[in-house]
Amino acid sequence: MTITIAPRMRAVFLAAIAAVSLTPLASAAKAAEEVNIYSYREPQLIKPLLDAFAAETGITTNTVYISKGLVERMAAEGVNSPADVILTVDIGRLDEALQGGVTQPVNDAAIDANIPAEFRDPAGNWFALTSRGRVVYASRERVAQDTITYEELADPKWKGRICIRSGQHVYNIGLFASMIAHHGIEDAEKWLAGLRDNLARKPSGNDREQAKGIYSGECDIALGNTYYVGRMATNEKEPEQQDWAAAIKVLFPNNDARGTHVNISGMAMAKYAPHHENALKLMRFLASEEAQKVYAEQVYEYPVKPGVPPSDLVASWGEIHPDSLPLSEIAKQRKAASELVDKVGFDSGPAS
Amino acid sequence: MKRVLNPILGTRPGIAVAASGVIALAVMPIAAVMLIALSGNDDGTLQHLVSTVLPQATRTTILLMAGVGIGTAATGVCSAWLVSSCRFPGKKLFEIALVLPLAMPLYITAFAYIEFFDYTGPLQTLVRSIGGYTSVREYWFPDIRSLPGAIFIMSSALYPYVYLTTRIVFLMQSASALNVARTLGRSAYGAFWSVALPLARPAIVAGVTLAMMECLNDIGAVELLGVRTLTFAVFDTWLNRGSLAGAAQIATVMLAVVALLVAGERMARRKQRFDVAARNIEPARPVQLSGWRTIAVCLACSAPVVTGFLLPGYVLLDFASRRLDALAAPELHAALLNSLVMATGTASVAILAALAIAYAMRLSPAPVTTLLGRIAVLGYAVPGTVLGIGVLIPLAGFDNWLDGRMREMFGIATGLLLTGSGAAIVYACSVRFLAVSFGAVEAGLSKISGHMDMAARTLGRTLPQTLAEIHLPLMRKCIATAGLLVFVDTLKELSATILLRPFNFDTLATLVYQTTARGAFEDAALPSLAIVAAGLVPVILLIGQGDRRDLVRATPETIEGDALRA
Repeated sequence: MTITIAPRMRAVFLAAIAAVSLTPLASAAKAAEEVNIYSYREPQLIKPLLDAFAAETGITTNTVYISKGLVERMAAEGVNSPADVILTVDIGRLDEALQGGVTQPVNDAAIDANIPAEFRDPAGNWFALTSRGRVVYASRERVAQDTITYEELADPKWKGRICIRSGQHVYNIGLFASMIAHHGIEDAEKWLAGLRDNLARKPSGNDREQAKGIYSGECDIALGNTYYVGRMATNEKEPEQQDWAAAIKVLFPNNDARGTHVNISGMAMAKYAPHHENALKLMRFLASEEAQKVYAEQVYEYPVKPGVPPSDLVASWGEIHPDSLPLSEIAKQRKAASELVDKVGFDSGPAS
Repeated sequence: MKRVLNPILGTRPGIAVAASGVIALAVMPIAAVMLIALSGNDDGTLQHLVSTVLPQATRTTILLMAGVGIGTAATGVCSAWLVSSCRFPGKKLFEIALVLPLAMPLYITAFAYIEFFDYTGPLQTLVRSIGGYTSVREYWFPDIRSLPGAIFIMSSALYPYVYLTTRIVFLMQSASALNVARTLGRSAYGAFWSVALPLARPAIVAGVTLAMMECLNDIGAVELLGVRTLTFAVFDTWLNRGSLAGAAQIATVMLAVVALLVAGERMARRKQRFDVAARNIEPARPVQLSGWRTIAVCLACSAPVVTGFLLPGYVLLDFASRRLDALAAPELHAALLNSLVMATGTASVAILAALAIAYAMRLSPAPVTTLLGRIAVLGYAVPGTVLGIGVLIPLAGFDNWLDGRMREMFGIATGLLLTGSGAAIVYACSVRFLAVSFGAVEAGLSKISGHMDMAARTLGRTLPQTLAEIHLPLMRKCIATAGLLVFVDTLKELSATILLRPFNFDTLATLVYQTTARGAFEDAALPSLAIVAAGLVPVILLIGQGDRRDLVRATPETIEGDALRA
């Protein structure tokens, strides 16, 4: 008896294992109503948007937040990659995805109508969703001037007065790359060395801590992204941060001439997107007026869709005039900028 | 019995081959990183680095490693010696509390320190209110964001590696060696220096090595503290200059240096044995302290707990107290469960692998197993994300190969079976923390005299029986320690988890990181404390239930006695 049952039992057991282990794969392939996101963006910041998308379309979003190596993961996964949409900050990351061959072009009239040409890859491999200015935080008490230029930051009058995070951080690399694109590598190097010698301390911490440095009196000028000011000014759980925000004023460098350096957050369609239709729906949604408003109001970034205003708080700093140099030109100088930071020993702080 | 000495596989080819399987899996990610390094064409990456940041970064890294090595050794050994050799009020509490800094993610400790010592922190606020200052420019205050600050913070956070491995060896130490030293006229202090300390050397080295490797693989804390180590060069090369190969080259060179250091230390003690004699063994009895000595010892044991745990814990509790509503968040509960599952799985795998490798080296010190085994346990010296890439590429390669074969042969698409699954995370963490489990297991095994193996074999025990009846009971505490270390390290693990995880999958560590990634460290307080709480459970299980009693029960004497009677 047992002799006859045992193999059958084994067969049933194996079949059960096969069924259990293959079912999710089969259903994943069939379930049309979902879209998979690989994100460089912090989940908390995109959650309101994804919730709104789910409410509107009934499509579930699956997210994995990957801080480093997202493109490497997609490249390794190859044709079997489950990713549909990539969300990211920084032009460098979008460019890297493009160069890494993990994106596919999207040519969609609805998206193109919402996102101006300067904010997307000509071939449609990536699209910007928001922009953020790399601006000067200046002490309300100790800095009299209301306009400033990036070039001026190398002026010895700021000696010992400037705070900044690591020169190798992507936000600073973007800014330094734009200096190379505008002035050439030699002048950019002189400028960077001048900025280094004006630093009040070795670069460390994040953008918020530079604002805190102004609050504490350690520095008078700091470089930071626009949206941090919005998030500090509205931080109800740590009211102390509201004091930091109150200690500074936001100056848009070069606003009257060539324009302030802006970077972007953006999206791209994965090369082997298994849910192509849903991915397209998500991308259309993120470019829509509704989503762009959420970016403006909740994350304090600048929407890229013309006609969608920034939040009142952001608008109160005045109107930003973005640098007209194409971002793709700036992205080309990132490597040179990173090498320059090492060359002048930027992160070691002032040489003299 | 005929035994042929094989120059490559040693005297027991069977064991060598079995262990080789484990070792091959453990070496694979490291080998993948090396292959990536070799794949790079010469694009001037290294020349650029050599002519710019490398000299300074190398100097900083060496100073940091040396400082943290000395700091963790001093703190870990002293505290382990005090709690294992003295009896004083609150000892049990200290035994547990001294492990707690381990449960705090390193960069969170660094963040808490910066908060505490910063302008808005309690110390400077006090200085200002006393001196009547209004700006930081009016007074001098030491900057915690500096190399000395980093050495202090990292030593405070990492000494438990040394404390745990060393404490267990002190507990296993026989009283006779110490008694002989005392009889021969050494003071208690002298006996510590000339007997206990040298005997504990493998354990101390194991712990210090882990702490120093952490200096190499860490990017979070050093970034916050502005201490530019070589790891920065790795990430700048990869992420800002688009050269993963260049990054892998630097990581490989760092790995080679660590390998040389470890090998050098082994060479220096290759003629020494650290096991205890099998006869007349009796665990050293703790000395009852009284009077000022009690106070001094209590203070000495409190200091590391305060700097490594209470101070950062205070900062976190302060933030968490304003966010208690987040305790009910389902994300937090799901993350806690995921963390526990991953940590338990990794601890089990890492212990089994460490046992296999260590045991193979003991029984059959074949050149191949020994060399590869030594390489396999170096994964911890590689920055976690880089090692994660080393796991990702072979796994995804295997998945895609299998998928292709299955489609071809059966028309079934298996897709990515391992990549982006919990199994990939457990594998990656096991490789990362093999150094941790191996160190503790090997230190324990080195305490067991080879004579016991011989006695057991002479008395008719097979190899597996010797392992099950002699070694495992003797090593119970060491294995538990190894398990605890890996468990807690996996709870904190971030880099590999974040790269390899599936959709909608958070651990406590990734929750912590996500909030810090948007600059909101304060929101990380609650999940950080959850990591501490989850880590506390095994700590209490391990130390809280009177391990000395177990140890007495499992002394070699009683086991040998049993073996003789049998």
